[in-house]
Amino acid sequence: MWFTYIKDMIMNQKTIQVDALESEAIYIFREVQAQFEKPVLLFSGGKDSITLVRLAQKAFYPAKIPFPLLHIDTGHNFPETIEFRDRLAKELGVELIVRNVQDNIDSGRVKEESGRYASRNMLQTETLLDAIEEFGFDACIGGARRDEEKARAKERIFSVRDDFGQWDEKNQRPEVFDMLNGRIDLGQNVRVFPISNWTELDVWSYIKQENIEIPSIYFAHKRKTFVRDGMIWSAADEVVYRDEEEEVVERMVRFRTVGDMSCTAAVLSEAVDITKVVEEIRDSTISERGARIDDKRSEAAMEKRKQQGYF
Amino acid sequence: MKVLKIATAGSVDDGKSTLIGRILYDTKSLTDDKLEAIEEKSKQRGFDYLDFSLATDGLVAEREQGITIDVAHIYFSTPSKSFIIADTPGHIEYTRNMVTGASTAQASIVLIDARNGVVEQTYRHFFINNLLRIKDVVIAINKMDLVDYSEEKYNIIKGEIEYLASKSEYKGQNLTFIPLSALKGDNVVDPSENMSWYKGSTLLHHLENLETQHINDASQTRFPVQTVIRPKTNEYHDFRGYAGKVYGGDLEIGEEITVLPSKTRSKIKSIHFFDKEYTKAKSGSSVTITLEDNVNVSRGDMLVKVAQEPTITKQLDATICWMDKDPLQALQKYYIKHGVNDGQAKVTYLSSIIKTDFSGIEENPSALELNQIGDIQLKLSKPLLVDPYKENKSNGSFILINPKTNNTVGVGFIK
Repeated sequence: MWFTYIKDMIMNQKTIQVDALESEAIYIFREVQAQFEKPVLLFSGGKDSITLVRLAQKAFYPAKIPFPLLHIDTGHNFPETIEFRDRLAKELGVELIVRNVQDNIDSGRVKEESGRYASRNMLQTETLLDAIEEFGFDACIGGARRDEEKARAKERIFSVRDDFGQWDEKNQRPEVFDMLNGRIDLGQNVRVFPISNWTELDVWSYIKQENIEIPSIYFAHKRKTFVRDGMIWSAADEVVYRDEEEEVVERMVRFRTVGDMSCTAAVLSEAVDITKVVEEIRDSTISERGARIDDKRSEAAMEKRKQQGYF
Repeated sequence: MKVLKIATAGSVDDGKSTLIGRILYDTKSLTDDKLEAIEEKSKQRGFDYLDFSLATDGLVAEREQGITIDVAHIYFSTPSKSFIIADTPGHIEYTRNMVTGASTAQASIVLIDARNGVVEQTYRHFFINNLLRIKDVVIAINKMDLVDYSEEKYNIIKGEIEYLASKSEYKGQNLTFIPLSALKGDNVVDPSENMSWYKGSTLLHHLENLETQHINDASQTRFPVQTVIRPKTNEYHDFRGYAGKVYGGDLEIGEEITVLPSKTRSKIKSIHFFDKEYTKAKSGSSVTITLEDNVNVSRGDMLVKVAQEPTITKQLDATICWMDKDPLQALQKYYIKHGVNDGQAKVTYLSSIIKTDFSGIEENPSALELNQIGDIQLKLSKPLLVDPYKENKSNGSFILINPKTNNTVGVGFIK
């Protein structure tokens, strides 16, 4: 590496340093654009989808990202995320489509959960499938990674779903070498995961290296919180159910993953900037999804949601 | 940091999941919450040990049956290297999944139960490693604790594998034999105190020090064009960039290239990566290239160095691994995908089935069934730009797609 650098200086050359994961993701984005009629990037405002946006920019520069962003808004998102989402879409000059879970609740198509573990996370699936049908999207690009969870570890890069959005986990298409088979029937769609092979640490290191802006809730801040089942929940908003006896205390916390407020717990942290966050992740002994109550419902929670058409 | 992708093959009975679990545990890669979940589940099932297969077998059906069905990807790192393990099933019904997981691996681990020695499954794992031409293969002789850490037993198995290797067509393979006990931890991460007769490295030490090439490295440069980038903005009004990934060697500004299949000559004008320009792109980088001349280039075309042209052909001889319930038969038509290029292919001849136990071939079969490997000849609807697999893995392989189901039904290795 050092030698190449010196040689490049003498020869007045500039060689691109190869980052295998980045290069693979760019390759995947270009395959999506070439193989599909109507792709969309599923954007949650979280760090993984923000990373996807940067990779998409790199894949098509100097042209704009050639597809819209789609956000399935549960109405329970952190306000910081929503503000960030709108600003980013504007900067990119890319169309942002927002579909609200609230609409399906209001029309009675889905029923909201109640009680102390109530979450709108599961309800997103129906709204997502509706949006896919409404716009005729044939490829939905998502930020899922194989290291997140063991059902995701089995996921392909191009993952075919039928018109009910179902994942047939026992009958997946073989993916060999670099070749991605995007052929589908009408009504089917493909979920595409360009950062499949990245780990959580890879994502954070990349955000640092690229100096990518992310929502403030990822950094340590003071927040009103309460503790339940050993996890720290935000008490700053009305959304999270809280018993009266659950005591609210201000703590220094940050969020490691940004889902719905109702299913995303905070972690105690002093990591106020990206360098400290990377260090914290490197030394962490708890997995990222350890703070996601939606995965703790049962051992097969993720697999079940995926079969039903979840992201 | 360097990334090493390793494929593992074996069934639960060989202790494959235990081995992976042991590596994760000993390298402190299992987080507390995952470890807790494994402890809890192991207890619930009445085991008095930690069942590490629970960390890798992610599907409900897999846990029910206690087997690995599909490839799982497992990530861990040591201070010197990042590792991706493609954990593949060992059962014959899942040969296709093994080929899938191993296709991009730089190294592979074949597990053998020391009590049983070389069995039918070992032959198949070894065969697939050879078919894919995986350069570094570790023969992990597991469960040494159950054969009293016997050197004699180890030597018998080593001899049998060496005999197999002598029958294989691929001679460039590095074989490393490591006796270990995944359950007890001998020679996995820490050296064994029970096998002083073994002077080699532990498994992890061996993998950390492996000098491997990327599977896309080859002597000749290939640049298959994925898409053409035309921003049509004021600033980039006439910009016409060819986007793709560089395979094989480097590409430099000013270099003379040939556009295939049209055989038009031009020179590289600029190399772009995001908002910066470079003079050189190495193998593995995804870049955008512009040319000096206004030539017609579209998706599926290929830029190559002058005097490094691949074969342009409408007929292919290949070895194929069949991955579909509908068997392959002569005269059937499929879509073919070769890199980013698409076409149609007709099977003109199915010449043989190759036995994965090294017992020879069956000539003139009527069909190639799921999980079988055979030699075929294809006629193509348009010329493809190919290299032999043994010289160039990425440009020497292809897949066949069933036009009725759109499923990937076979992977081919060009002769």
